[in-house]
Amino acid sequence: MEYLIHLAVMSSIYAILGMSLNLVVGYAGLLSVTHAAFYGVGAYAVGILTVSRGYGFFEATAIGMVCAAAAAWFIGIVSGKFKGDYYALVSFGFNIIVFSIFLNVQSVTRGPLGIPGIPKPELFGTAIRTNAQFLILSIVFALLTYAISQWIVKSSFGRALKGIREDEDALRVFGYDTARYKRIIFMIAAMLAAVAGSLFASYISYIDPSTFSLNESIFILSLVILGGLANVNGSVFGAIVFILLPEILRFVGFPPDIAAQMRQVAYGAILVLLMLYRPQGMFGEYKL
Amino acid sequence: MKSEIRNEKEILLKLDDVHVHYGGVHALDGASVAIDEGEIVALMGPNGAGKSTVLKAIFGIAPVHSGEVLWHEKRFKPVPHEVVARGIAFVPQGRRVFKYLTVEENLEIGGFIVGDKKELARRMAEVMETFPALKAKRRTKSGTLSGGQQQMLAIARGLMVDPKVLLLDEPSLGLAPKIVKEVFENIKEINERHGTAIVVVEHNIKSILGIVDRAYVLAKGKVAAQGKPEELLSSGVLEKIFLGEK
Ligand SMILES: Nc1ncnc2c1ncn2[C@@H]1O[C@H](COP(=O)(O)OP(=O)(O)OP(=O)(O)O)[C@@H](O)[C@H]1O
Ligand SMILES: [Mg+2]
Repeated sequence: MEYLIHLAVMSSIYAILGMSLNLVVGYAGLLSVTHAAFYGVGAYAVGILTVSRGYGFFEATAIGMVCAAAAAWFIGIVSGKFKGDYYALVSFGFNIIVFSIFLNVQSVTRGPLGIPGIPKPELFGTAIRTNAQFLILSIVFALLTYAISQWIVKSSFGRALKGIREDEDALRVFGYDTARYKRIIFMIAAMLAAVAGSLFASYISYIDPSTFSLNESIFILSLVILGGLANVNGSVFGAIVFILLPEILRFVGFPPDIAAQMRQVAYGAILVLLMLYRPQGMFGEYKL
Repeated sequence: MKSEIRNEKEILLKLDDVHVHYGGVHALDGASVAIDEGEIVALMGPNGAGKSTVLKAIFGIAPVHSGEVLWHEKRFKPVPHEVVARGIAFVPQGRRVFKYLTVEENLEIGGFIVGDKKELARRMAEVMETFPALKAKRRTKSGTLSGGQQQMLAIARGLMVDPKVLLLDEPSLGLAPKIVKEVFENIKEINERHGTAIVVVEHNIKSILGIVDRAYVLAKGKVAAQGKPEELLSSGVLEKIFLGEK
């Protein structure tokens, strides 16, 4: 039971990551491979501020969101000068930079040692202690993200994002400031990723840079593609499948240690097979 | 020649000695074009002559090196939202409708600068009246429309701002002759009903002969000839430009 709860918490954290990245990749069509950087900013904000500065979880989360938004604003301005493949390259360059900051600014982040002992959130004076309680918190945040995402994609703002994805130059002709739209959605997605990072840091109670590497960004991107670009439900589905995948491998008969190693291969294989046979993902309406 | 053709009305939109450079390519090499209120003007010329670039220069989406774009004889900043706000609408070459969006959503995008929801709805109803085929398909993804319907949608989308000038880049491209005729009838109707000035890029002068007031013939980024369509036809200048170069 405890393990099921663990899987559910992780699924909801990754659902937040997937839904937020989908806003950028699926709706606006920006192939961003830097989402783990914002995830990390949120996690480190909570790690640093709660452990050694005495901040509460929610304050630290809010600060993390602001930091992520600021980083996204800057990254958005630079990468906004590029399109297509170049955009993807520039974005993953930023992931590497942020990762190096986590790793090398040791006076703040403790570098490879990581930050242990991150406390659980406190709500109305009582601490969230059990994993079941934490699950409720993470589901609440996932539902909020879901609602925000749905609201965005159904609004005229969301329609403009889809227009950018299809034909940005054509959209500009109608008076849209497309650069601004791209910057805003990138910042919103970064803030949501930071929330996922906060939850993760507090839940696992230990963070180190390795969780926020380029690999992680690719992992998140893969689950978005699996679920389907421009489909909010799809990202939730993709997150659950990817979190459960090791269990599924075990279920179909792989011994646990092999299943663990098979994981990476399976993620990779899923991505390749999707590109070959179903580039729009499970529920997506369009291809990468 | 110019003054003979045009009457005393104020010149609505004018390009004055515009040069556009794409790196080493001089897409426009000192082109001057003028559009009066309410007239239909054709831009003709071989592939690569700079027709699309004229329209893009008006919209500020081409790298203008020198020269001026004037609206009511005054300079203005050619950036798209300023241009649209003045009542100039652009229907780009290749239609460029948003295929994953519905007909209605495409029209809403066209009316982006309108702001007021009621006004937007009123205009949408109006353009759907002009193009009944679109009304029936209002909730259809525009990617599934036929080529002709997509062209009508592209034009309708431009009309959402109630433009004073409509710039149409090769609306006949890839359409069957019968559909082309329909599209040109629509264009004429828009012009007559609303007094919208229309600039239409077109290869085939015969198909627009009946509807245009004047035509410019571009070659190599310059205006090689201009005049009434009949004059251009009889002067033989068209053959020279279209057949004279490969
Ligand atoms: N984005 C661009 N980058 C580089 N060169 C360009 C660009 N756009 C146009 N050109 C060049 O500018 C010249 C004029 O192009 P333009 O599109 O205006 O021609 P056109 O008359 O519209 O031709 P067509 O009938 O083929 O549409 C061409 O030589 C073209 O190659
Ligand atoms: Mg052209």
